[in-house]
Formats: sequence, structure tokens, C-alpha cells
Amino acid sequence: MATTDTALEHHVHEHDHEGDAWSGAQSPFKASYGKLMMWYFLLSDAFTFAGFLITYGALRFSSPTWPVPDFVFATDPFGISAFFGSAPLIFVTFMSFLLIISSVTMVRAVQEGHRENKNGVLIWMILTIFGGLGFLGCQAWEWTNLISGENMSLTRNTFGTHTADGYYLDHEGKKSAETFREGESYLIHRHAAGGHGESHEAGHGAAHEYKKGEQAGYMLDDQSFIHRKYVYADGPLKGQTQTEQFGPRAFGALFFFITGFHGFHVFSGVVFLVIIALNVASGVYAARKNGYEMVEKIGLYWHFVDLVWVFVFLVFYLL
Amino acid sequence: MSHVSYEQSKKNVVKGLILLAVVTLIEVVISLFGKGHIIKGVHGNVIVLATCGLFIAGLSLYKAYFIVYEFMHMKHEVKGLAMSVILPMLLLVWAIIAFFQEGNAWKNRREDVQKRNAQPITPAQEGSLLSPDTYQLDWKG
Repeated sequence: MATTDTALEHHVHEHDHEGDAWSGAQSPFKASYGKLMMWYFLLSDAFTFAGFLITYGALRFSSPTWPVPDFVFATDPFGISAFFGSAPLIFVTFMSFLLIISSVTMVRAVQEGHRENKNGVLIWMILTIFGGLGFLGCQAWEWTNLISGENMSLTRNTFGTHTADGYYLDHEGKKSAETFREGESYLIHRHAAGGHGESHEAGHGAAHEYKKGEQAGYMLDDQSFIHRKYVYADGPLKGQTQTEQFGPRAFGALFFFITGFHGFHVFSGVVFLVIIALNVASGVYAARKNGYEMVEKIGLYWHFVDLVWVFVFLVFYLL
Repeated sequence: MSHVSYEQSKKNVVKGLILLAVVTLIEVVISLFGKGHIIKGVHGNVIVLATCGLFIAGLSLYKAYFIVYEFMHMKHEVKGLAMSVILPMLLLVWAIIAFFQEGNAWKNRREDVQKRNAQPITPAQEGSLLSPDTYQLDWKG
């Protein structure tokens, strides 16, 4: 940074008289073309992401109920939450840490670049690449779990939410001991031999023989989804038997599009990092003697991916 | 970068890592508190949820500021460059207010339509100026 900055300043001062302004000799932002354009690309990308996230907000506001994130995203691999008793959001918090750490290793790579330390740049870039791959792996697990375990799709949202306190009916249509509170979410399970997915309600439906269609305590639809029946204890629908409905349809599409769009950014970031790491190793940037500016530019992109995750994390998981 | 030593900037990086990790943990704890996972009593309270939401959004904005100014070195750039990137973002303040308002209006309109559809339809009353084959919604809202 030190060397490039002063070199640039000399350059600017040398030509700092009226006549040369029209020939492009001045550099008011004191940044190279590539870096400046990276900033403006990131600005435009920020607007794209903001458009997606604001759409999520608008659709959430327009819906009477919305799946509760700490219920939807309570799953994790290796039985981690079972170990803690119950630990919602722990997996996605881990994913956030991975991105933060990979952002920090990228800062170190850029610092080593300013010192023209080729091996330093390479080591920290490789660590950054591993951070990115780890994040993608976690996201792949999360998607797999949602799609094949919990039967979410672009147009089907298996997570619904209760609008009042109440209790569930058992298979014979009698009042069961299982109660719920206003604002709590439920997952509609699929009835299939062996393909149950993870059950959120322990001890439910394991041994029962389900029959198609409308039954006293549940409704088994054409796609073998078990819609349980319940009764609200208060509110305008008090005392009436209700059947579990799918949640707002937009949720699945929004989730897969927005986290997918971010994941694609991470993926292309990893590809760029690999290409630039190869160039570092081959000595292309050492020969340029500009403080590894290319590493700095991909660093800007990588930090931006982390920055966007801050808001995806906020909107999807925390609020 | 140009003003601090290499050793100092290495320390700053570790400090940045700890800061971001701690702020993220605080966010998660506040979020779980708002949903009633930590103290059972606060479950479903709209005021608690809104306050927690505002706090978390503020912390996220702080993280964004930190990443842009420290990690992306925006604080070492010329002010004109920083402003040319940051000022356009202010448009989003309008977008957030406008589209959330819009989403809320969709919900109200949908509820209104449902309410009106549930109303009985009655023929026009005798003596009214409307012709007898006109049907009216019995709606006083």
C-alpha cells in the first residue's frame, strides 16, 4: 500500500496543472481502475441482494403468519443440538463463524501481499479457500436436510404457524396431551415407509397405520403428507377443529433463491481465489511489483460475500 | 495500513476477528431471548420482539461498517470514493420503508376481501332507488 500510494501521488502531483486534466492525467480517487470498478461492481451487487432481502421483508409483512426461524433452522449434523439438549441456530452460527474467519485470513493475505511476501500470500489464500469450501459444505448439508428430510421445495413450505393457543387431537380425534402456543411453528411430515425425515414431535406417528383422506385426527393428502388436526382454545376460531395447512408458499422460494444466490457468490469467489492463488504461486504478481493488487481486488470481493452474509443471517435466521 | 507497523496491523486483524465473533454471538443470544428460548416468560411479546429486532439490526449494521472500513480499507480511501459507494446506499432506506409499508397494505387488503366475501348478499331494499335485481353487500365497514 505504502509504495503504491506514494508512487501514485507523485504521478498525480507531476501532472497537476490545468492542461493535462483533459488527457486523464488526474486521479481524484487515487485508486487504480480495477479497484475502483470492483467497488462499483460490489455496489451494484449490494443493490441486487438488497432487492432480494427487501422482497423477503415485504412478503413476510404481507403474510398473516410466517415460519419461526429458530424452529425451521433447529437442525444440525452429528446430533449437536441433542448434545446440548436444544440449541436452535447453532449450525448457522457456526457457518457465520466460518465466513468471518475466512474473511480474516483474506485480510492477512492482502497484508502479506503489501510486503511482497509470496509464500505468506499463498498460505493465507489457501486457508481462505478452505473456509469458503467449508461454508459451501455446510450449506449443502442444510439444503439437503430441508429438501429431502423436511420436504421443502420452491413452491411447497412444510412449515406452518399457529395463530392461537390450542391442543392437538390424537389419531382417533380425541383431545391429546400435546398443546401449542400462539406463534409456534409446526412441520408437516410425509408418511412414507422409511422416508420419514427428522421428527420434531417426539413419539408421534411411529407405529400408527395411516389411512388416506380425511380422518378423525388427521388428513393424509395425495402426496402422503400428514396434516394433523387441532383445536384452538381461544381466538375467532375457538373450539373448532382445524387441519394443519402448509405455510406461506413464498418462504421456500425466497430461502432457496436468496441463500442460493449468496452460495453461488461464495462458489465463484472460491473459483477466483483458486485462479489467483495459482497466479501467485507462478510468480505473475511478484513480477508486477504492485503489492499484489490483484489479491487486494479479490479480497474486496471476498469481504463483500461475508458482508452480504451478515444481512442474510440477520433476515433469515435472527429476525 | 500505511500508517501502522506490520506487527500492529497483525494484532488489529486478531482484534477484528474477536470483535466480529463476539458481536455475532450477542446477536444470536438477543435473537433467542426475543423468541423466548432463554427466559420462558417473554414468548410472543411483540414489544420485546421488535426491540430485539432493532438491536440485532443495529449490530448487523455495525458489523457491516466494520467490514467495509477495516477489512476492505475504506478508511484509507479518498473521501470522494467512499461517498460515491456509500451515499447511493441511502436509497435503500426509502426502499425498505416503502416496500414494508406495501407488504402490510397487501395483508390488510387481503383480510378486507375475506371479510367482505363472508358477508351475506341481499337484494336491494324496496323503496330504494336501485332496481330490484341489484344485489348489495351488507357491509358497514
